[in-house]
Amino acid sequence: MTDATAPVAATKRRSLPKVNSRAVVMTVYLVFLMLPIYWLINMSLKTNAEILGSFSLWPRDLTFANYVTILTDEAWYMGYVNSMIYVVMNTAISLAVALPAAYAFSRYNFLGDKHLFFWLLTNRMAPPAVFALPFFQLYSSIGLFDTHIAVALAHCLFNVPLAVWILEGFMRGVPKEIDETAYIDGYSFGRFFVKIFMPLIASGIGVAAFFCFMFSWVELLLSRTLTSVDAKPIAATMTRTVGAAGVDWGVLAAAGVLTIVPGALVIWFVRNYIAKGFALGRV
Amino acid sequence: MQQKTTNQKAWFLVLPVLILVAFSAVIPLMTVVNYSVQDTFGNNQFFWAGLEWFEEMLSDERMWNALQRQLMFSGIILAIEIPLGIFVALNMPKSGFWSSFCLVVMSLPLLIPWNVVGTIWQIFGRVDIGLLGHTLEALGINYNYTQNTVSAWITIIVMDVWHWTSLVALLAFAGLKSIPDAYYQAARIDQASRWKVFRFIELPKMMGVLMIAILLRFMDSFMIYTEPFVVTGGGPGNATTLLSIDLVKMALGQFDLGPAAAFSLMYFLVILLISWVFYTVMVNLDKKGL
Repeated sequence: MTDATAPVAATKRRSLPKVNSRAVVMTVYLVFLMLPIYWLINMSLKTNAEILGSFSLWPRDLTFANYVTILTDEAWYMGYVNSMIYVVMNTAISLAVALPAAYAFSRYNFLGDKHLFFWLLTNRMAPPAVFALPFFQLYSSIGLFDTHIAVALAHCLFNVPLAVWILEGFMRGVPKEIDETAYIDGYSFGRFFVKIFMPLIASGIGVAAFFCFMFSWVELLLSRTLTSVDAKPIAATMTRTVGAAGVDWGVLAAAGVLTIVPGALVIWFVRNYIAKGFALGRV
Repeated sequence: MQQKTTNQKAWFLVLPVLILVAFSAVIPLMTVVNYSVQDTFGNNQFFWAGLEWFEEMLSDERMWNALQRQLMFSGIILAIEIPLGIFVALNMPKSGFWSSFCLVVMSLPLLIPWNVVGTIWQIFGRVDIGLLGHTLEALGINYNYTQNTVSAWITIIVMDVWHWTSLVALLAFAGLKSIPDAYYQAARIDQASRWKVFRFIELPKMMGVLMIAILLRFMDSFMIYTEPFVVTGGGPGNATTLLSIDLVKMALGQFDLGPAAAFSLMYFLVILLISWVFYTVMVNLDKKGL
């Protein structure tokens, strides 16, 4: 009996960990990633009494009151609206100026192009903390303080270089013959660019837009410094939960969950390009 | 790589970017330079101070301490995130539904606003209501990130690993996917060990993207502000006051414009210098066709 089963068991023992080790590693890692997020969702569905009173792994007495608070209070949901407005503005501005520039970098040599390219990247490296105060003074002096456009322009500091880099990476992959054929066919530059070239790099534009959207959405320091009431972003609104009676944990958690939603919704569409975007178009 | 033609008119295409970035980067930077060489007694009256602020900052313990903490932080997170990211990438499913699933779940932390990342970990680590803090306490481990320096450091490091390791993994994964199957087949014929496949095929092929990963992680960790600020507020004491936190405290909290401006410039220069080194290495790797 032992003779017959021993080799089978041995091979099983040897092959089993091999098959599963990858899955185990990934499971452990994904659980590590999801646990804190789960905990946030868990808290957002509890009442404050339950959060502070007892410790439970899931909401015993499920409530959506925290979400209702946010979605019905103007001071709360206007935070999301404000964030959305400046994020969309920033994405539009960044793409509009980055598209022609990326085309120039990908197609032509010109005086100082390499230096200019690196200089653009240095703006991506600039610590927002360095720029917080000068931005505040600059936008105050031209009367743009506490407007959406001020935040949108400020975020161009890191988003325009990023968009140029990503788009340049995608444009490099389009053969130059296409441009030349179009010019021979009598297309003007503008018509060629909009009608032929932009559809060709549609995925690149999508990825660049996604990254501009994302980095503008996650940034807090500059957006908080440049706004006070009218254009206050949701990230800054969240400090409201600290009141005289202590922190309103449930509402804070619910607000946090709602800020994750936009990213989670669009991520599926760019999942195959996300590495290329982070690599500034150079994978 | 395609051959590019020389055309100076291309400058017109770059002009909008140049104007916009000049407005949002050069003007503020000049303001900083301006403050860094002047002194003020209020009332908008400024006096030439020369390099006084730079000298003051360079001889000030405060900046050196912050820089030291910053270097330690960046060093630790790079040492953890890069190997861990490569390890995760090696274990990711290569294709199919599970590959997409992993990509999406892993990207999730990258898309959370930075202060919410801070909030998540602030809650997660609390001893009274957080899963992590509560569990550690139940296990009898003395953990309190608001009062204990070691706990505070571990919390912000684990938080950063949680937040950004996926970025390294995603980049490494993209690098791995670009390796043709023929390479692996050749390795199998040569009976190369797993380690040798990694060392001589996978690692060299990933070098390009890994450089980008290191560059990005270095830059971003060096200017990190929001996440540790939300979790620890720079405390306990000054234990987690990293460069940006210290700078914001100085500039917006105490309105010490001169020293803060000098601080800013030196801070920016350090980042610029190190990033330039990385960038040069990266471009050279690019040229070699990696």
